[in-house]
This record gives sequence, structure tokens and C-alpha cells, in this order.
Amino acid sequence: MKKLLIALLFSFVSASAFAGSHSPCGVTNGSINILANEFTTYRIFMDEVKSCAGPDADFNVTHSVDHNKLQVAALSANPAEFSAKLVTNGSITPLMNDGLIRPLDDLVAKYGANLNENQKITIDGKIYAVAFMANAQHLWYRESILNDLGIDVPSTYEEVIAAAEKIKAAGVMPNPYAGAFKSGWNLGQEFVNMYLGHGGEFFKSGSAQPNVNNEKGVAALNVIKKLTELSNPDFLTQDTNAVKEEWESGNVALMHVWNSGAASLLDDEGDQAIKADTRLAPSPSVGGGSKPATTLWWDGIGISTNTSDENAEASFRALVGAASSSELANDNPNATVWLIKGYTPGDTAGPVVDAANRGATPYPSFPHMSLMHGALSSELVEFLQGNESAEKALADVEAAYVAKATEQGFL
Amino acid sequence: MPHKTFFWFIFPTGLAMILFIGLPIVSSFFQSLHIETQQVLMEVENCDPFGCQTNVRVDVEATDKLREENPLGRFNGFGTYLDRNHLAFDEIGEAWNSSSSMGEFKDIVLNLPFYKALLFTLTFCFAVTPPVIFLGFIVALSINTLAKIIKGLIVFGTILPMIVTPLIGSLVLFWMIDSQGIIGASIQILFDDPNLSLKASSNLTWITLIIYGIWHNTPFAFVVFYAALQTVPQDPIEAAYIDGASRFQRVRYIVIPHLYPVATFIMLICLMDNFRVFEPIIGFSAEGVAQSLSWMIYQDLRNENKMLFGSAGATSMLTIIGIAILLTPVLIRTWKEFRTER
Repeated sequence: MKKLLIALLFSFVSASAFAGSHSPCGVTNGSINILANEFTTYRIFMDEVKSCAGPDADFNVTHSVDHNKLQVAALSANPAEFSAKLVTNGSITPLMNDGLIRPLDDLVAKYGANLNENQKITIDGKIYAVAFMANAQHLWYRESILNDLGIDVPSTYEEVIAAAEKIKAAGVMPNPYAGAFKSGWNLGQEFVNMYLGHGGEFFKSGSAQPNVNNEKGVAALNVIKKLTELSNPDFLTQDTNAVKEEWESGNVALMHVWNSGAASLLDDEGDQAIKADTRLAPSPSVGGGSKPATTLWWDGIGISTNTSDENAEASFRALVGAASSSELANDNPNATVWLIKGYTPGDTAGPVVDAANRGATPYPSFPHMSLMHGALSSELVEFLQGNESAEKALADVEAAYVAKATEQGFL
Repeated sequence: MPHKTFFWFIFPTGLAMILFIGLPIVSSFFQSLHIETQQVLMEVENCDPFGCQTNVRVDVEATDKLREENPLGRFNGFGTYLDRNHLAFDEIGEAWNSSSSMGEFKDIVLNLPFYKALLFTLTFCFAVTPPVIFLGFIVALSINTLAKIIKGLIVFGTILPMIVTPLIGSLVLFWMIDSQGIIGASIQILFDDPNLSLKASSNLTWITLIIYGIWHNTPFAFVVFYAALQTVPQDPIEAAYIDGASRFQRVRYIVIPHLYPVATFIMLICLMDNFRVFEPIIGFSAEGVAQSLSWMIYQDLRNENKMLFGSAGATSMLTIIGIAILLTPVLIRTWKEFRTER
């Protein structure tokens, strides 16, 4: 018994003594605690981060679709709840507004030798984030359904609507179109896409005054209304993940969702007949405009201001290890469009590159954009239900925005 | 009880109430009178994978300096209470002048966020509370007559809806009423309408939420009624039985009068509970069509990237006032009964 105990104790001690060396990214001390959105590509990325940090690192990641709602409160605390946050050009602004993520110049100089120049997100000359992927919403279609009915791949929203109407009229599907119209952030995002596609500007130039109640806004809303009429009647409760499930169940022939959706929409789980029939197409333009009605996004790494330098360094090393891993990118070429050095884009990268080439606008990064997005999220529902006019809905958006922006000190 | 004894008896509770209820309310009230300091903006050059562009950002240092000078923010008086997202007096005045009919005026007012939320909250309160009391009473009466051997099991089953976490309960129901869920699909077949969706129309969503509310709250009324039923004196019931009173008459003339104060208590608690309806809205993803006052507070604190403390504080104050107004008639009534009993 005693011998056994000693043997156990010995093996335990030796295991912990020799294990420290197994961190490919050289993480030795400090704890890593990351907040991130929840979708397949992020899971793939985080697996790489975790293996880069090594088995002995104090590593934690929280995936949540509510990351936007959590981030400011979680990172304002001192010490912050998370040492790092995966940010996008949309979610970085609220963090920048309060100085909640730190400049990364010294860390990039130390550990970022393998990064592409365009991965470094600089604001006022300082690096605040390191991007690792680009993303955009674009069109997806079922090739066999379009072929059977002799429909060309739509390149404008007017054609999308016509195609969906044709599919519906042919009795193939009752609700052939899908988009993430869930009231809240998703619905706001659909308007952002459509309004920018019409060439709209959210604010009067050089100020924080709202500027959505105009012809372009009304036109954008009317297109969204038509699309929702061709969607599942529950559209106000469907977010991106729900839409993807509809697609995988074969209920939808046309949809406008994220390029990174390919990671789950084209994987080898579920109905392979539908997956083999799934095609990606560029994002359509709208209202006679030339640029696609979508926004360009980058996803990257931000490190908390309110965390110890030790934790910041550990988190950065692990994250940047994944963000410069060409193996990660080339092993999962279709998970998204990686910005990582040495990556050869896969078959699914086309629509994002196309959107960038055709002049799609990056998601606006004004400090007050999140308030505008919030106002759009809650005030458009009644129009889509047919209870009020487009003008009234947009006037409500502006009024709700003004009240909030005043309270926040932007107006 | 002498006043001094009473004071020492109530002191610990009173202290806890002041510390954990009174002071937070005072603090929320102060916060609601303030708004954020002015944000200092500056122009900067931003570069990302899509190119470089000139943009504005918040000058964190300058804004922090302002914030340090005024940690509570700028004093705004009752400005937040009166803005469009709360009482919106200006908008109502304008609507009164511009609308040609009462119907149009009503539409404009009920489209304002606070009144929209208030309408749903009150509808929910008054649609849920009476059925809860009625059903709770019926269930209690029925179970009271059951044989002892199965009583325990049935009581447990009956209080299950109360045990299930509201968010989980509503999520389960949410999936069941999905157009591909068991209830949703059955309703579509029943009404022969493939586009019928309980989630799509606001009226049906409201009805769903109300039915959920009744389902969730009935066990509470049942438990209280059931306990009270055990205290009904048996003598008058037996006397009435001998006098030839039917079961209905015995319940109507002996049991109900005896349970009357209990019903008032249940109503009080139910009204208070239902006035702060929140979880089912999240569970049913019904934010689009049904907002409550509690949901507005949540929205101010969570759904914006930035926490709107002033706005949330103002809504909280208005909610407290709302509950006070709602409970006044019941409280006056209880007080009067208390006086007459003396």
C-alpha cells in the first residue's frame, strides 16, 4: 500500500514537473480567458488557440451569441472577467469608446513576426486588434431547384424576389427565401445591408445626427418586407443559426447569410443531398446600385485593458499563434476567408472577395453606430408586421436613436 | 405588543429592508436623474484589411477626465423620465394636436416604447391573474377530495409548472409551438392553414404568453388555496350537509367566504409577479411584438452595447410607481377589512 502511494505520488510529481514544456506557443504562466461569439468557424479557431496554449495552460473560452451584450460590462470590471475578446469591426467600437482594449504594438513587435501587414488593425496609428478572418453575408442557393425551374442565379434583389416568387408559385416550397430577420441585432443588420446597398448614409455628415428617414431607407425597408413575405412566417424569431437549420432541413432555396456558415452548411453531417446541392453566389445589389447590399467584416483578437500584463501576454501569444498558423487556415480552407499568411483561399471564398472587389462597404465603425443598430433592432418590427408605414418606422428609429444618443452624450 | 418590543422585533428585518431594498432604490433614483457626460470625439485614421479611412472615435482620455469630474454624469433632472423612450409628454402633446381622431391618437401613443410596454404588462397582469385564481381554486377543491393514497403524487404533478424555471418552461413551449413542433403543426392541420404561425402575429403571441403565464402561475394559487382549505371548519359544513345543502351551495356559502382573505393575498402576489413579467418574453423570442416594463430595463442594460443606467433607472422608478398604483385598491380593501374586524 505504502509503495503504491509513493509510486502514485512520484508519477504525479513527475507529470507536473515535465509537463510545463508542452506549449507550442510558449505560454508559460498567466491565465487565458476568452469571450467569443458562437459559430463553427470560431470553434475551429479556438481549438487551435487551445492546442497552441498547450495542455497545461490555464485556458478558458466562453462562446456566446450574446457576446456583444456581455462584452462592455465584462471588460469594464477591474480585473476584467476576460483577458481577451474576439472582436469584429462592429463590436470593437463600444470597447474602444471606453478604452477597454489595449494597444498591442509591443506584443505584436515581440510575437507577431508571422502576421500579414493587413491583419494589423490600426486606429490612430496604434494596433488595437489582430484580424484573422474576413466575413460577409452573401447569397446561397439550391442549384437543382433553380435549374429545374430555369432560373438564372440572381444578381440583384429584384431577381431574388422574382426567383423566390417563381419557386413558390411552382409549389416547390411555401417559403423559399430565408434571412436572419430575428428582431434584435439580426434584423438591424439586414437593414444595415440593404440601406448601404441603396447608397444610404446613417448619419448626417460630420455629426452624430441620424439620417435614415429618407427615400433610400424606405426603399430598403420595402425590399426587406418583400423578402420576409417569401420567408417562413416565423421570420421574426429566426437568427442565423435557425436559418441554417431551415436550410439543412431543405425548406429553403435561397438565403442571405454569412460566408463563415460554410463551416457547418458544407460539413459532412446531416443530409448530404442538400449539401451537395448548396451553392454560394455573390451578394446581390439592389435598387439599381452597383455595389452589393452587404457589409464587409473582419474578425480579430482584442486584449483587455483591465487584465494583468502577464495574462495579456499569455492570451496574446496563444491567440496570435492561431492567427498566424497557416496549417489552421489550409486545413480548413472553407471554414471562412482567413487573412493568415500562406493561406490559399478555398472554393467558398469567392463571394467575400467579390463583395470587396465590387466596393461593398465595411460595417460602419462610428462610436455611435451601436446605438443606431440598437434603434433599428427594435423599431422595424411593426412595419414588417404591416402595422405601420415605412416612413413611420424610420421616424421611430430616428427618435429612439436620438433619445439614446442624448443620454449617452453623443448629441 | 408594546411599541418597544415591536421595534426590536422588527429591527433586523427593517434594517435588511433598508440596506437591500431602500438604498438601492434611492441609488437608482439618483442615477435616473443623470445622463452620461458629453463624449469627446476626435478624427483618426483607421486601417483594416479593407483599407484605410478617416473616422471618428471617442477621445477616451478627455472623456475619462470629464467623467472623473462628474462621476454621476450630467444632471438631467427629470429629462430622462420625459424623453421619448419613457413618458414622452412632448410626443403625446404633439400627437394630441396633430391627430384627427381618438383612434389615431391612441395608435400614436401606443406606438411609443413605454406605453407599448405598459399596455402589454397590464394586459398580461389582468388576463393572467383572474384565471389563475379561478383555476387554482378549482384544482385545490378537486385535489382536496381525492383519496389520500394518490394525493401526494397528484399534488407534486400539479406544482411542477411552478418548479420548472420560467425560461426553460417557456423555451420548451416555444419549440412545441414552432410550425414544425407538435402544437404548431397540429394547429396548422386543425385550421387547414399551412401559414398559420403562433409566433408570427402579435395577437397570437400575446395569447400564447398569457396561456403560458396562467400555466406557470396556477400552481402557486393552488398551493395557497389547498393549504387554506385544510383550515375550513368542518362543523358548519356538516351542519349544511344535514340541512340538505348541495356541494355547490356548501362551497359557495361556506368555503368561499372562508377563503376570501386568501384570495386577496393571492391576487396581490399574482399582480405583483405578473407586473414584472420578463422571462417568457425572452424564452418565446417575443421581443418583437411583446415588450414589458422589465424587458425595457433589461434592454437598456443588456441589449445596447453600452449600459444606459439613467434610462434603466427611470424605467425602474416608473415600474415601482406602477406597482404601487396597481396595488393601492387591494391594499385599501385589506386595510378596511382589518379595521372592521377590530
